[in-house]
Amino acid sequence: MTTVYKAPEGISRRDLLKRGGAVGAVALLAVSGSTIVSVDRVWGMETTALKPETMATLIQMARDIYPHDQLADKYYAVAVKEHETKAGADETHKSLIEDGIADLDGRAGEGGYRALGWEDDRVAILKEIEDTPFFQAIRGGLVVGIYNQPEVWPIFGYEGESYSQGGYINRGFDDIEWI
Amino acid sequence: MAAPYDLTDDSVVVIIGSGAGGGTLANELAQKGIDTVILEAGARHEYDSFVNDEWASFSQLSWLDNRTTSGDWRVSRDFPNLPAWIVKAVGGTTTHWAGASLRIQEHEFNALTNYGAVEGANLLDWPIGYDDLEPYYTKAEDKMGVTGTNGRERLPGNNNFKVLEAGAKALGYKTCHTGNMAINSADYDGRMSCQQTGFCFQGCKWGAKWSTLYTEIPKGEETGKLEVRPNSQVLTIEHDDSGKVTGVVYVDKDGNQQRQAARIVCVAGNSIESPRLLLNSASSKFPDGLANGSGQVGRNYMRHLTGSVYAIFEEPVNMHRGTTMAGIIQDEARHDPSRGFVGGYELETLSLGLPFMAAFLDPGAWGRTFTTALDHYNHMAGMWIVGEDMPQESNAITLHAELKDAHGLPIPDVRFTDHPNDVAMRNHAYQQGQELYKAVGATRTFPTPPYPSTHNLGTNRMSERPEDGVVNKWGQAHEIDNLFVSDGSQFTTGAAENPTLTIVALAIRQADYIAEQMGSGTI
Ligand SMILES: Cc1cc2nc3c(=O)[nH]c(=O)nc-3n(C[C@H](O)[C@H](O)[C@H](O)COP(=O)(O)OP(=O)(O)OC[C@H]3O[C@@H](n4cnc5c(N)ncnc54)[C@H](O)[C@@H]3O)c2cc1C
Ligand code: SF4
Repeated sequence: MTTVYKAPEGISRRDLLKRGGAVGAVALLAVSGSTIVSVDRVWGMETTALKPETMATLIQMARDIYPHDQLADKYYAVAVKEHETKAGADETHKSLIEDGIADLDGRAGEGGYRALGWEDDRVAILKEIEDTPFFQAIRGGLVVGIYNQPEVWPIFGYEGESYSQGGYINRGFDDIEWI
Repeated sequence: MAAPYDLTDDSVVVIIGSGAGGGTLANELAQKGIDTVILEAGARHEYDSFVNDEWASFSQLSWLDNRTTSGDWRVSRDFPNLPAWIVKAVGGTTTHWAGASLRIQEHEFNALTNYGAVEGANLLDWPIGYDDLEPYYTKAEDKMGVTGTNGRERLPGNNNFKVLEAGAKALGYKTCHTGNMAINSADYDGRMSCQQTGFCFQGCKWGAKWSTLYTEIPKGEETGKLEVRPNSQVLTIEHDDSGKVTGVVYVDKDGNQQRQAARIVCVAGNSIESPRLLLNSASSKFPDGLANGSGQVGRNYMRHLTGSVYAIFEEPVNMHRGTTMAGIIQDEARHDPSRGFVGGYELETLSLGLPFMAAFLDPGAWGRTFTTALDHYNHMAGMWIVGEDMPQESNAITLHAELKDAHGLPIPDVRFTDHPNDVAMRNHAYQQGQELYKAVGATRTFPTPPYPSTHNLGTNRMSERPEDGVVNKWGQAHEIDNLFVSDGSQFTTGAAENPTLTIVALAIRQADYIAEQMGSGTI
């Protein structure tokens, strides 16, 4: 599977919105063929093992588990990517994910999980399944999947590696002013 | 030039493990001209290969061989196969450690006498007192360059410390400073001073923090009397008919089993592997494991009661900048049963990077309650609670009934349940910690549960009488004269202080004793 940071050619923004709309009320992600594309077309992701709709729902689920409004979908997409890779190599993992998502959609009723407009309604469904191996596999993977992406660190104010910059001895280790 | 010794050379002292205990003992013996071989399970990563990245460093250095957990502790639920966060590498856990170097207090050596019998606890007085160790503490501090001791400057306070210090003042605490740290505040012993990099837990890339990896071990090697064999995991210790140990069986770097003969064997694999090794070395003569006539091998496992308090403030803190643990409040380290528990605790600054904070702040938690905490990562301050936990016979390292490691030996199970005294002390500390931060304007505080154990103690404890423990006051097995325990598993009780300075002091003292006994031909 590849993660591309540019939407495939030939899909217009209007197209995307249309298709996205067809998938659900949450129109931030659109599914086109085997690819999920963000509506602002900044990035897209092709799936081969999992259905693209499944991937789109996984991304929404990831955000609902660890919601950070300042993080774009692409970070959640990267965080759940491992399930696509694993599903490609392992049928059991593939069914764990596909069945888990189907179950989520079933519980959500018509339109499925992504059609639920309020986070609270989606979280209520997640609460029902939080002890399942499916939920735990997704949640467990996200802890490293989201927070170990160096690209998200600056968004939280974590500065990462510091040795190459000479540590913080001249870069604010004691710069607190309000105390 | 490092000495290579023959596998059949039965005049050598074999030390198992190269961490705080093993690495120090090896250098001390080599300096006295004694032929010494270290067998170390892990690889040798020099300090320039350390990485400023929490998970990458964890994979590089941690002991990840399978272990199981049992008992009521939360670690067993959240991290069932990671009871302890310790290292498998040359230098042992002194690569990862934070450097806090405190002396055990006089009254803590006599815990049973001073606290009285505590129901459910297996308390005992150490067979040595503060006075026995005092000269060795000084030697250890000089060896490690501990700040705030013997004329050395303390480290400057970072952001996280300044918050702690302001809170300490607000609560009326008297003893608060940047600690006694085995981290150079100025160039010392050929190593540079701390650059406030903030990755002490990932191995200090400047070498400013003491680790046996780049102090004791190369110094020992320079004498020509020490050989260090990395990637060499010891499986069993062997003995002759008289009950003396004669050598060890280990797997070498190529995966082949070898036998190294020995005049003396010193076990320093940290408090999970050391008892496991003794238990796995059971024989017809020692059916319950080596040195285990008392049945105490593996028992009385202690981990300090621990816990953390994090807090969020309106304004930024940036706690991740600078030395991880250079900040301490010692007022609660006294023994004062009016607080509702025996023994005491230290409060020390602590910070985790975002990746580890996500994993350890409240393991298993999800949703906005959790994520809004991380949203304010750079407005967080943090402290760690280190207190004396009670030794309990049922908290133990045992051999797993079914699961085996790659070499066919039973893996260890680590069982732990808090004693009511531990719970009372932790709750007191959580309250004090949260009050402290609120006193300087915290808008939200987090009483964070213990992490996988970083301080592992007590599983081969020292005792005056052979029936109460595994080793005598020199760390020498009660049952086998030429078998020693040289790591934190010797601790009779845990005391409130971070343990490594005491492990190092005991190793220096043990080296003197071994040299003297060898000299007189007793062993
Ligand atoms: C993140 C962190 C922070 C810490 N901070 C502090 C602190 O600030 N202050 C403090 O006092 N302490 C601190 N500690 C604890 C400190 O690191 C340990 O107490 C100390 O290193 C223990 O020394 P040791 O000799 O018992 O074992 P270790 O240092 O763990 O060394 C044991 C060595 O034995 C090897 N080994 C094990 N079994 C075998 C075998 N069968 N064959 C061959 N080799 C084997 C291991 O690979 C390892 O290298 C910290 C620990 C961690 C993880
Ligand atoms: S803060 Fe100081 S001791 Fe810690 S890793 Fe950086 S330089 Fe080393």
